[in-house]
Amino acid sequence: MKKQFMATVATGAFLAAGATSAQAEDLTLCWAAWDPANALVELSKDFEEKSGHKMSFEFVPWPNFADRMLNELNSGGQLCDLMIGDSQWIGGGAESGHYVKLNDFFDAEDITMDDFIPATVTGYSEWPKGTPNYWALPAFGDVVGWTYRKDWFERPELQAEFKEKYGRDLGVPATLAELKDIAEFFEGRDIDGNTVYGAAIYTERGSEGITMGVTNALYNYGFLYENPEKPYEMEGFVNSPGAVEGLEFYKALYDVGPPPGSSNWYMGENIDAYKSGQVALQMNFAFIWPGVEADPNVGGGKSGYFPNPAGPAGQFAQLGGQGISVVAYSSKQDAALEYIKWFAQPEIQARWWELGGYSALKAVVEDPGFASSQPYAQTFLDSMAIVKDFWAEPAYADLLLAMQEKIHDYVIAGNGTAQEALDGLVEEWTVIFEDEGKL
Amino acid sequence: MTDASMDKIARATPAPMARRIRGLSDRTIAWIFVAPSIFLLLAVNIFPLIWTIRLSFTDYRVNRPNREAEWVGLENYQRILSDSGIWSTMQATAHFLIWTIVLQVLIGFALAYLINMKFRGNDLWTTIIVLPMMLSPAVVGNFWTFLYQPQIGLFNYVIAFFTGADPASFSMIGDVNLAPWAIIIADTWMWTPFVMLICLAGLRSIPDSIYEAAECDRASKWRQFWTLTIPMALPFLMLAVLFRGIENFKMFDLVVQLTGGGPGNTTTLTSIDLKREAFERWRTGYSSAYAVILFVTVFGLASIYVKALTKVKER
Repeated sequence: MKKQFMATVATGAFLAAGATSAQAEDLTLCWAAWDPANALVELSKDFEEKSGHKMSFEFVPWPNFADRMLNELNSGGQLCDLMIGDSQWIGGGAESGHYVKLNDFFDAEDITMDDFIPATVTGYSEWPKGTPNYWALPAFGDVVGWTYRKDWFERPELQAEFKEKYGRDLGVPATLAELKDIAEFFEGRDIDGNTVYGAAIYTERGSEGITMGVTNALYNYGFLYENPEKPYEMEGFVNSPGAVEGLEFYKALYDVGPPPGSSNWYMGENIDAYKSGQVALQMNFAFIWPGVEADPNVGGGKSGYFPNPAGPAGQFAQLGGQGISVVAYSSKQDAALEYIKWFAQPEIQARWWELGGYSALKAVVEDPGFASSQPYAQTFLDSMAIVKDFWAEPAYADLLLAMQEKIHDYVIAGNGTAQEALDGLVEEWTVIFEDEGKL
Repeated sequence: MTDASMDKIARATPAPMARRIRGLSDRTIAWIFVAPSIFLLLAVNIFPLIWTIRLSFTDYRVNRPNREAEWVGLENYQRILSDSGIWSTMQATAHFLIWTIVLQVLIGFALAYLINMKFRGNDLWTTIIVLPMMLSPAVVGNFWTFLYQPQIGLFNYVIAFFTGADPASFSMIGDVNLAPWAIIIADTWMWTPFVMLICLAGLRSIPDSIYEAAECDRASKWRQFWTLTIPMALPFLMLAVLFRGIENFKMFDLVVQLTGGGPGNTTTLTSIDLKREAFERWRTGYSSAYAVILFVTVFGLASIYVKALTKVKER
C-alpha cells in the first residue's frame, strides 16, 4: 500500500510539473531480446530527439527473461525505469507494488484505453482483470498463429496426393484435426531431395513453451481455467472431458508432426526449423512474421499465415504480447511517463507497426489500409479477435511451472494419461491458490 | 622467519604501534590476525546458513514483500519428504551420480595408467585429453546438444554407423530412456580428464623401487597391478570419487543446457529442482527447507566418506 501511495505521489508530482521534464535523464527500458526489441530501439530514436532524454536498453533472451526481470523487480532493483513485462506478470506487478498505477496519468494526458484493442487492454494492462485499474499501456500485441509453406501447398503433385488420401484440398486447415492431417502428410516426406517434417510446435520445458503451445489445443476443445460462475473452482473445468481430449490431441500432434529431436523447442527452434526448410508448418507467435516475410528462403510469398484453427468447442488462440509499465523503484519516473506519453501517440504507433512492432492501437489496426499492408496483417487481426490468456495472478509463476511439468511429462515423456495429467494439475493449482489464501 | 628478518620488521615498526603491540598478549595478536577471516566466514557462510535454517520454518516468499511470513514449524520438511516428485528427482540424481562416478573412475584410471607408461608424444596426449575439462559447462552442454541432434548430430551418425539404425530414428535428449544417459555421457566426456589427472598423480607417487622389488620377487604384472598399484593409488581414487561426487551432486549448468531437466522430469536433478522452487516458484521458505535437507545429506555422506578415506590412507 505504501509503495502504491508513493507511486501515486510520483505520478502526481509528474503531472504537476507538466509533461516535459527539464532535466535530461538516462532511461533504461527492459524487455526480451527479440526482433521487436530492435525495432523499438530504432523507434525510440525519435523520443531521444524530441525529449532530450537518452534511452538505454536491457534485453534478455526469452528463456531467461522472466527469471532475470522478476528477480530484478522482486529485489526492488533500479536497473529498469520502464518494463515491457509479460502479460502474466501484471497481477504480481500490481499487487507487489512493482509497477506504477497509471490511471491518473492516463486521465491527465487524455490517454484512454478505449483506443486500444480490448483484448490487449484486458491482457496487458488491467489488474484485477475486468476492472479499470491500469498498470501498463498495451505495447506489443501478439498471439500464437501458424505459418505454412504456401509454395509446397501449391505443388500440384502434393495437392493431388493429399486429395486422394484425405478427400479434400490441401489448404489452410479449418480445424485442428485438419491441421494434424496436414502435419502427418508432410512428416518424413521428400521435397527437393530433402526430408521434411510436418509441424514445429512448442514443447519447451524450462520456461513457458509447452504451456503456450498446448493451450491452443486445450481452449478449442473446451478447457477453462475456472468456473465462470465461481472463481478458482477448477474441478471439471481444467480437467473436463473436452480438456482431456484437447491434451490428447496435442500429444497426438507431437507424435506425428514435428521433426525428430524437437522435445524442448520454443520460439527460436521453431523459427530455425521453418526457415531452414525442415517443416511445412510452424506454430509461433505473430512477432516472427515480419522476419519470415523478409527471409530469402521462405519469405517473399513462399509463406502463408493463418489463425489457430477451431476445435470442437470453438476457436481461440493463446495471447502473447506485453504492456509497457513504469517501474515503481525507478528514480526517473517522470521521464519514464514521458516515454509512455510519447509512445501512445497514433503517429508513433503507426511507425511502430511499419518497423515490425505490432501496435495495439485501434487507430492503427482499424485503418482501412492495415489489413493489406502486410501479408500477415489480416491474420494478426483475426487472431487478436480470438485470444485467451494464461492466469495473470500474482502466483502465475507457480501456476505456470506446475502446468509445464504436468504437460511435458504427459506429452513429451509419455508418462500417465491426459486425465491424470490434468487431474494432477487441478490438485497442484488448488494447493497454490490455497497457499495464496484464495481458496 | 629468521631472527634477522624479525629484527628488521621490529626496527621498521613505528614506535607508537610497537608500544601498543607490546602490551598485547600473543593470543590477542593471533586473534587480531584471524578475526578478519572469521568475520568473512561468518558473514558469507555461517550467517546465510543460519538464516536459511530459520527461513525453512516459515512460508516466506521473496516475491511477496508485502506479505508477512508465518511460522509453519516442520510443515515444509513434511511436504518435501512426502513429495513423490522430489523422490523421483533424488532417484534421477542418484542414477546420474553413480554412473558418472563409475564411468569416470574406470576410464580416468585406465587413461592415467596408459599415460603413465612412457611413450613418444606422452605430453601431447595428456594435453589433448585434458582439454574438455577446460571448457565451460554451458559450452559443453550447448555443443553436445548439437552432437545429439537426430538429423545432423555426429553422435547419432556414429551410433547409426555401428548399428545400422536410422540416425533420425532416436533422440538422445528427447527420449525418456535415453536422456539420463545423454547427460551421463556428456559429463563423463568432460570430467574424466580430471579424474585421470588425480589418478596420474597417484600412479606417479608410487616409487619405482617398489616395482623393482616386486620384479625381484618374480611377481607377475597382473599381481603387481592388484597388490601394488591399486592399493597405493586407492587414496587418490577415493579423493577423485569425493570430488566428483560433491560436484555432481550439485550439477546444474550442463544438464540445464542439454535437457532443461526433461523430457518430463526425467533429468531433473535436485539442484535444478531446488533452483526452480527458489527462483522460479519463489517458495523461499520451502526451498530453504529443501536446501537444508540436501546440505545435511551431502554433509553426512561426505563425513562418512572422509573417515573411510582417512582409514585407507592410514593403512
